[in-house]
Amino acid sequence: MLAKRLIPCLDVRDGKVVKGVQFRNHEIIGDIVPLAQRYAEAGADELVFYDITASSDGRVVDKSWVRRIAEVIDIPFCVAGGIKSVADAGKILEMGADKVSVNSPALARPELISELNHIFGQQCVVVGIDSFFDVASGQYQVYQFTGDENRTQKTRWLTRDWVAEVQARGAGEIVLNCMNQDGVRQGYDIAQLTSIRDICKVPLIASGGAGTMAHFTEVFTKADVDGALAASVFHKGIIEIAALKAKLITDGISIRP
Amino acid sequence: MQLVIVDTGCANISSVYFAVRRLGVEATISRDARFIKAADKVILPGVGTAHNAMAQLQQADLIATLQGLQQPLLGICLGMQMLTSHSMEGDVPCLNLIPGEVLPMQSAGLRLPHMGWNTLHSIGSHPLLKGFSDSDYLYFVHSFAVAPSLHSLAICHYGNDFAAVIGKDNVVGAQFHPERSGKTGARLLQNFLEWQL
Repeated sequence: MLAKRLIPCLDVRDGKVVKGVQFRNHEIIGDIVPLAQRYAEAGADELVFYDITASSDGRVVDKSWVRRIAEVIDIPFCVAGGIKSVADAGKILEMGADKVSVNSPALARPELISELNHIFGQQCVVVGIDSFFDVASGQYQVYQFTGDENRTQKTRWLTRDWVAEVQARGAGEIVLNCMNQDGVRQGYDIAQLTSIRDICKVPLIASGGAGTMAHFTEVFTKADVDGALAASVFHKGIIEIAALKAKLITDGISIRP
Repeated sequence: MQLVIVDTGCANISSVYFAVRRLGVEATISRDARFIKAADKVILPGVGTAHNAMAQLQQADLIATLQGLQQPLLGICLGMQMLTSHSMEGDVPCLNLIPGEVLPMQSAGLRLPHMGWNTLHSIGSHPLLKGFSDSDYLYFVHSFAVAPSLHSLAICHYGNDFAAVIGKDNVVGAQFHPERSGKTGARLLQNFLEWQL
């Protein structure tokens, strides 16, 4: 039976793993390769690396760490951040990443998703979506350039519409980052994830809000997501992956031990 | 041992190269027919679409070379699919080394692509699968698959059964990614490296 995936997310800035609260005030957590290796050995099912400086700085970012990760880890990993073209994606995949995730550049030019699908196949194409609940309008809206507080801005897209659009363009997986929940460890945004699950026919990964083991059980049972992404609870040692997997198996969730 | 990874121009070549290097084997990545013919063992990786990958092999004039190999040949993911007779992904003839056809997955309503860690069943006694059991998880990413047949060495279930590992004579293939399947995947690669015809 296909297992639900636990996915530590490593935000990368200048080759170091960092973590902020609600996308701000980033602190350095550690070096990227040993952390990646540690997570792979601890039982992570997959890793995501977000180069959070890339999209917002508009500069060419050194991605040689991708190859160094590919050398040591034996589980799949995805690289996000600053991938604006087929050529950018090709370089990352050539260095050994299994998937690329696009976010702001896909909002700027949605054709990018179709191009990536055509050249590399659907399975390589992940679309990351930063979704923020706007109290005034009562709607979930898509934000871009979330790596840089000063440039973060609302887009014209409602989250539901963008989820439909990226699927129509050939996305192979969607990572839905619920910004209101990010880094505050109060639980995944079950209401939003459940509503997006209904219209998401490709694998859906929950992101933002994990604080306790129960939050993982909740997101798998209530929102039926395919994977759960988390950062701070893993980086800070609040939750150990082996213990989490044991708990999820006890809770009846399909998990790779 | 001379291990050659066929340079299909596909994305997972580095991953496969690093995976065998972790097992102590320095492979050569090549699209030169002479190197491939002279190798002790050959791996055919693949990510992308069957149509593009077969075109790459055609362009590099490697089809006859791969069809004529007598030494162990392992196809991975799309590389495995290319070992069969035909793929409906782009309606393209394949290498025809193992009978079978690649069809869109019939997942009985389950989400596609089939992406993530899954288990095997009906595991055969082939040397490639030494030490495997139905509680081992392997990493899959695909939307097309080969139906179970006499040439299936292990089956995976996702909505319906499909061939997870196939084999005939000197040729074997895995639908999952051993290079990305942790210690279990490494075991399959190790078995391949140790396999004596």
